[in-house]
Amino acid sequence: MARAEIAARTLRTDRWWLPPLTTFVGLLLISIYAAFRTFQGNYYWVDEYHYLTPMYSPCLTEECIPAASHFGQWFPALPGFLTPPLLIIPFLLGFRITCYYYRKAYYRAAWASPPACAVAEPHSKYTGETRFPLIAQNLHRYFFYAASILLLVNIYDAVSAFSTGLGLGNIILLVNVGLLAAYTLSCHSCRHIAGGRLKHFSKHPVRYWTWTQISKLNNRHMQLAWASLIFVCLTDLYVALVASETISDLRFIN
Amino acid sequence: MSYQGKFRVWRGDDSGGALEDFTVEVNEGEVVLDIIHRLQATQAPDLAVRWNCKAGKCGSCSAEINGRPRLLCMTRMSVFEESETITVTPMRTFPIIRDLVTDVSFNYTKAREVPSFAPPKDLAPGEYRMQQVDVERSQEFRKCIECFLCQNTCHVVRDHEENKEAFSGPRFLMRVAELEMHPLDTADRVDQAQDQHGLGLCNITKCCTEVCPEHIHITDNALIPMKERVADRKYDPIVWLGNKLFRRS
Amino acid sequence: MPELERHSFDVLVIGAGGAGLRAAIEAREHGLRTAVLCKSLFGKAHTVMAEGGIAAAMGNANESDNWQVHFRDTMRGGKFLNNWRMAELHAQEAPQRVWELETYGALFDRTKDGRISQRNFGGHEYPRLAHVGDRTGLELIRTLQQKIVSLQQDDFKEFGDYEARLRVFQEFTVTELAKDGDRIAGAFGYWRESGRFVLFEAPAVILATGGIGKSFKVTSNSWEYTGDGHALAMRAGASLINMEFIQFHPTGMVWPPSVKGILVTESVRGDGGVLRNSDGKRFMFDYIPEVFKDKYADNEEEADRWYTDQANNRRPPELLPRDEVARAINSEVKADRGSPHGGVFLDVSTRLPAEEIRRRLPSMHHQFKELADVDITAQPMEVGPTCHYVMGGVEVDPDTGSSSVAGLYAAGEVSGGMHGSNRLGGNSLSDLLVFGRRAGAGAAEYVLALKDRPVVAEDIVTEARATALKPFQQEGGENPYTLHMELQQSMNDLVGIIRRAGEMEEALQRLEKLKERARSLTVEGHQQFNPGWHLALDLRNMLLVSECVAKAALLRTESRGGHTRDDHPSMDAEWRRKLLVCTASGDGVSVVEKPQIPIRSDLLDLFDRTELEKYLTSEELS
Repeated sequence: MARAEIAARTLRTDRWWLPPLTTFVGLLLISIYAAFRTFQGNYYWVDEYHYLTPMYSPCLTEECIPAASHFGQWFPALPGFLTPPLLIIPFLLGFRITCYYYRKAYYRAAWASPPACAVAEPHSKYTGETRFPLIAQNLHRYFFYAASILLLVNIYDAVSAFSTGLGLGNIILLVNVGLLAAYTLSCHSCRHIAGGRLKHFSKHPVRYWTWTQISKLNNRHMQLAWASLIFVCLTDLYVALVASETISDLRFIN
Repeated sequence: MSYQGKFRVWRGDDSGGALEDFTVEVNEGEVVLDIIHRLQATQAPDLAVRWNCKAGKCGSCSAEINGRPRLLCMTRMSVFEESETITVTPMRTFPIIRDLVTDVSFNYTKAREVPSFAPPKDLAPGEYRMQQVDVERSQEFRKCIECFLCQNTCHVVRDHEENKEAFSGPRFLMRVAELEMHPLDTADRVDQAQDQHGLGLCNITKCCTEVCPEHIHITDNALIPMKERVADRKYDPIVWLGNKLFRRS
Repeated sequence: MPELERHSFDVLVIGAGGAGLRAAIEAREHGLRTAVLCKSLFGKAHTVMAEGGIAAAMGNANESDNWQVHFRDTMRGGKFLNNWRMAELHAQEAPQRVWELETYGALFDRTKDGRISQRNFGGHEYPRLAHVGDRTGLELIRTLQQKIVSLQQDDFKEFGDYEARLRVFQEFTVTELAKDGDRIAGAFGYWRESGRFVLFEAPAVILATGGIGKSFKVTSNSWEYTGDGHALAMRAGASLINMEFIQFHPTGMVWPPSVKGILVTESVRGDGGVLRNSDGKRFMFDYIPEVFKDKYADNEEEADRWYTDQANNRRPPELLPRDEVARAINSEVKADRGSPHGGVFLDVSTRLPAEEIRRRLPSMHHQFKELADVDITAQPMEVGPTCHYVMGGVEVDPDTGSSSVAGLYAAGEVSGGMHGSNRLGGNSLSDLLVFGRRAGAGAAEYVLALKDRPVVAEDIVTEARATALKPFQQEGGENPYTLHMELQQSMNDLVGIIRRAGEMEEALQRLEKLKERARSLTVEGHQQFNPGWHLALDLRNMLLVSECVAKAALLRTESRGGHTRDDHPSMDAEWRRKLLVCTASGDGVSVVEKPQIPIRSDLLDLFDRTELEKYLTSEELS
């Protein structure tokens, strides 16, 4: 028996292409900005106020400005055009790329698989996440562990910046780690590890409570993914502008 | 408060078919199914449509309205402009029988492939004790009315007929999750989910959740937790080590 | 003529709702080859519409509850017209049937100590309804469906064939039962999808086809409820009882027009919802009948206290049995104190916090939001009576579900007697399970004891085929939709919630004319999934059953439960001793009186004498 003979790829009459297009453009712009800043190799540290952009934290190679290396310089200087963030970006990027929300976003927006619900995808074959490389999406929780460590580093950076007083930059760094923490905690893997994997919540009241709280955050995972991503860029931009003395930090104390 | 609405309804069977135009009366407070019924009663007495409860509880009248998978009985006419032409087509993923009726036997075949509830052998009827917090997750999935809109919209089978063999679809992966989370189920369903039911084919693009008329969080509460359980089993040595060290099962 | 598809089974179950599936499970567990034939897809039966719960005296919420109390409530609700043996079996076995569902995988809402939670419902003395939010029927049907799949998986392991002993024929309509002499021999019908005819040969048939609501205009019933089982039984020579008793559920939606009649669950009232008229008055206090005065609160303060302290307060009158509430709403609307769309207001928004409403009544919230654009956490609902359930049905042996025809069984709504003149909410789902299982066992034992199998004669098949195809062969006749609408209008207006002799006589005249016109119905198109043709065939059943309803209603000159006579407004103890029995005769029906079986004395002893005096004649009491 055959399916109903309907030629159109979709009969949707709404602007179904708008959300994937928006996602695509958004992710593209952010990638371009992040790539530019990564390879710029400069303006990541404001010595006067101890602002370190999260994109360069932790700064672990010998070409880092010594004061910006809060956790020491573990590696020699990188050759050529390579810059310190390249050591941490695989983890940050890995966390976002394997994130259940971003997967949905780029499968739809960049790979059109599917472009939108009930809109035919252009590919003739589909194997989902059953094979290499996409089977690696199952490694999400390792990136979650790694991102959690990087988050702690960022929190340390944000807190230690208060040693010089209080400026707008401090507030921005604080909001940034707040958003990053919310995004990281709302992760589906985190929800699973915290309590989702249990069969009997009633036997683990603390983990159940944690799970319910994370579940509430998890409902906002998409919003937190975007908010934290955009805000990281804005934080970095602010630090870069202050570090390059394009603008001066707005100080409240000192 | 009635007007003449413009409709295009797919009519035909497995040998072919086409969209047919109708102009039909629409009254205040009506849903798309009412209009289809009016067509039957006045213009096309043999127009085939499957329906039953007319209250969004049985999941019979699944179709596609302006290209979107929906229940005919739960789509109010007031969401459309009076001037809009409303296109009604059968679900695409399943073989056509006639007009708006499709052969949904794929779903019944898949239902049979999910091993049934396996309670502890020595537990007598009347002795079941379960806590409300423990049953709530599975209860959410049991809200499912089996309209099969999620199965229809899922691109894994909608766009790739050849995946039907290997993929049970969101409805039945959710059924696996329901049993996996049932506080008294004793069977191990994690490997099955991946190996027998094709969980790996799901790329969590969430269309199943978007179309669910019961607003079940299929992706977040069933599919992703199942993927995480599979990851526990197959891809996470830390969990494996923890289980070894603390002798958890 | 294309080759006729033939199957042979031990037991045929017609209908795949709660009763049918439970019967099929039982027959299959007796080792018999069983087929389930259903008009809709498997798992879509009307049982999914049941919202409130399953009544079973498990005593989880109140330890004083037991089967005797449940029995008493059931008899009271039915105004003592119930078949006492059915009411007894039902009250005794309901808990086991509910617990059994848990072993099939059902997940009911729980009490704090992990048992099945039970809620209050109209007419039940204690919280007694096992439930899952307000979608209990769905849970029931899905659980039974999954149990059937589980049995099929067992058969697959044993025989390599899922359908070796239990097969579901979905989207299949039975048009005729076949007999061999006095015994049932099988059933004839057609695939709705292809229109092709099929003959099933089987020594036992269990009818589980549900009700007759589609003969009425405003109904909570789906298209399937065309009285097929009632009509099949009559045509096969069985009798129906209590057909005059039709329950109008007090709270159906009244707006928008397209969903008029769709049910608003009684749990809205059980959980605190109150009925108000257009003056904002809680009018139910004015409608407490004499027989219930000591059980229901006569002031708002006491009624409100009851929700938190049931031991020391009487129940709110909103929780009176359904017939009382339906009549009260009807009177308010007639007295011009109704809501804008011809109902009254049912308000839960001022009684519970929004979050609580969404948690306890999720599908009601959803239903009103999506269908009527009403937010029940902020606004009252508009509700009015809707045809909901037929108490009457096939006269059966209580213990086995057997009708007067050998090999023909009935269970669930299609059977009669259990609920007397009025069914309590929550007693339907338990009825399905208790008597579904009993009919399954009864049919199985009958088949196992048979010495020779009945055979279907060829001329029966030829005739059944000719009858089914007649609408295609006629030209210039009427459209079945037109006839159906006229039938619904007549029944609603003339044999509806309030009845008068003159109106019912007119209804009978109209039915005669409709029968005449139905003979020349014409259907366009072909046999493949043709809704016009399906309706034409169903119409035959609706007409037959409607005639039973109208004739019986005209004969019973009293008001009792689901039968309210404007011209005979009071209950008459003499009538309690009489059943009206409807059988087919010629192309119509005949209705005769039959004495009711007296209640067993130990069961009678469960009641106070003062209460019995309200129902029984002095002769019976002495």
